Amino acid sequence: MTVAHALFFGVAAFTTGAALFVVLARNIVHCAIALVFTFFGVAAVYILLDAEFLAAVQVLLYVGGITILLLFAIMLTSRISARGVKIMNEQVGSSALVVFVIMGIMTYANVKGLALVAAPPPASYATASIGRLLLTTYVLPFEAVSILLLAALVGAIILARREREKD
Amino acid sequence: MVPLSHYLVLSAILFAIGMFGALTRRNAIGILMALELMFNAVNVNFVAFSRYLPQTMLQGQIFAIFVITVAAAEAAVGLAIILGLYRNFKTINVDEINLMKW
Amino acid sequence: MEKAIDRLSSASLAWGVPPVVLQMTLMLAVAIAVILFISVSVMFMIWWERKISAHIQVRYGPMRVGGWHGWAQSLADGIKLLIKEDIIPAGADRFVFALAPMVVFAAALAAYVIIPFGPNLIIRDLNIGVFFYISISSLTVVGIIMAGWSSNNKYSVLGALRSAAQAVSYEVPLVVSILGVIMTVGSLSMVEIVEAQQRIWFIVPQFVGFLIYLTAAIAECNRLPFDIPEAESELVAGFHVEYSGMRFAIFFLAEYANMFTVSAIATALFLGGWHGPLLPPWLWFLLKTYFIIFIMMWLRWTLARLRVDQLMNVGWKYLLPLAFLNMGITGLVLVLRG
Repeated sequence: MTVAHALFFGVAAFTTGAALFVVLARNIVHCAIALVFTFFGVAAVYILLDAEFLAAVQVLLYVGGITILLLFAIMLTSRISARGVKIMNEQVGSSALVVFVIMGIMTYANVKGLALVAAPPPASYATASIGRLLLTTYVLPFEAVSILLLAALVGAIILARREREKD
Repeated sequence: MVPLSHYLVLSAILFAIGMFGALTRRNAIGILMALELMFNAVNVNFVAFSRYLPQTMLQGQIFAIFVITVAAAEAAVGLAIILGLYRNFKTINVDEINLMKW
Repeated sequence: MEKAIDRLSSASLAWGVPPVVLQMTLMLAVAIAVILFISVSVMFMIWWERKISAHIQVRYGPMRVGGWHGWAQSLADGIKLLIKEDIIPAGADRFVFALAPMVVFAAALAAYVIIPFGPNLIIRDLNIGVFFYISISSLTVVGIIMAGWSSNNKYSVLGALRSAAQAVSYEVPLVVSILGVIMTVGSLSMVEIVEAQQRIWFIVPQFVGFLIYLTAAIAECNRLPFDIPEAESELVAGFHVEYSGMRFAIFFLAEYANMFTVSAIATALFLGGWHGPLLPPWLWFLLKTYFIIFIMMWLRWTLARLRVDQLMNVGWKYLLPLAFLNMGITGLVLVLRG
């Protein structure tokens, strides 16, 4: 059990625990905070995989963007004080079964099929290569995503706007 | 060295947890959070493969960046829709929003 | 420093202790050193702010505690805050209420990893240096929203929402103004950015970028003229109105630590970091950082507070286009220069 193994198991346990808290907690604000911890856990996994730029992007966009969006929406729509409200619908049993089956199939396939061990770490850090790739080979998806973001921006503003009370 | 299958099993577990949340939670924002968990699981898968394949072409990381970006856009629009739902139905429990159910 | 660490690691191997234990102990020691530095620095900054505000307002400020110009005033304030009763409001969410100050302080503390105090005095020269700070600073907003929401108080929620909107809005011009410097250097690493300023500090070619960065940084720290989220006269201290004693001390500490971080990054990016003629490098760095902190404090007691819609206007309609223009012109000049 080397340090790398111990580190990986620690990070994986932390992330999985936080993810379980996200789907099982009663108070939706606690879910959002557990989601923040999950995002940090996934960022730690990225750092273990030598993808430090991606880890910083993950924290910046997920924790600094999506979590704040979720918290704003929670604050604008929920009534926390309601006790005794069910948080799960009637499909808990069947969906747990389906999820276990799918997880079993995926785990079996992953463990059986691939015995790859890591290549040595890349000679130069990934950030410059990612930048170059994004602007040469993958410039079309890059521009398409920017148009998608523009559409999402305009759409979200229009959808969330208050109805003008015109008469 | 941590073998690749460990990361893939972690990704599978996170995906399964996310799917369970998306299928069972009543709060629409809870479902969105479970969706984000699924996106993260998929990203872990991409980045793990991009690291462990013999020819590191970084395509996995670039696709992960795109997934994160699109997830952010989708979360913004989804939350705007949820706000609209709340204004009209006064609730965001998805099993109470069933006007079109036959 | 390196030789001492090597000797220690060989000694620990000889005793059968795995090197990871030594690394963990070193990390812990460095973290404790950083926390001590932050505490001392923040205490000095609080006293200094009271003195600056006093002299701007033609009065004396603290004069008694500790003898010479009341230098021990912040020590006394700290002790007072520590011995206060720990009050949690009645309907508050206890877990989130307790966690929020820790999240804000963790974000403020984590940013110290990449501050280059001197040529070999950086905790870790990450190759994503500045970008690491940008990512971690977005965690502060989550902590502020948690604090506002869990207090079970309408003013807190309002203050938290306004603070979150302000922080998120001013993050974009902050990042875009930093991009001008990054494009000129070609690297995100803090040490390389400081090393690239040996001949000319980046404040000269990137003056507009420096002004945008300073404005956005003041907005990120929730300082006047952008302090509507914690405005004492408007929102009864906004998101931390229900916090008292030690928890409030942590918020206060985090805010001043954030101020130091932002000024340190301004020094490293625009004012040449540790470069300077006679004094040791770390002293130059601290002098330049405290000079920028002095400017921030000076602005606080001179300018009026912006209303929340004026604040958002300035951020989105004036700072952001200006920052993009700066980045565009920088890129153009770099391409034309070859």
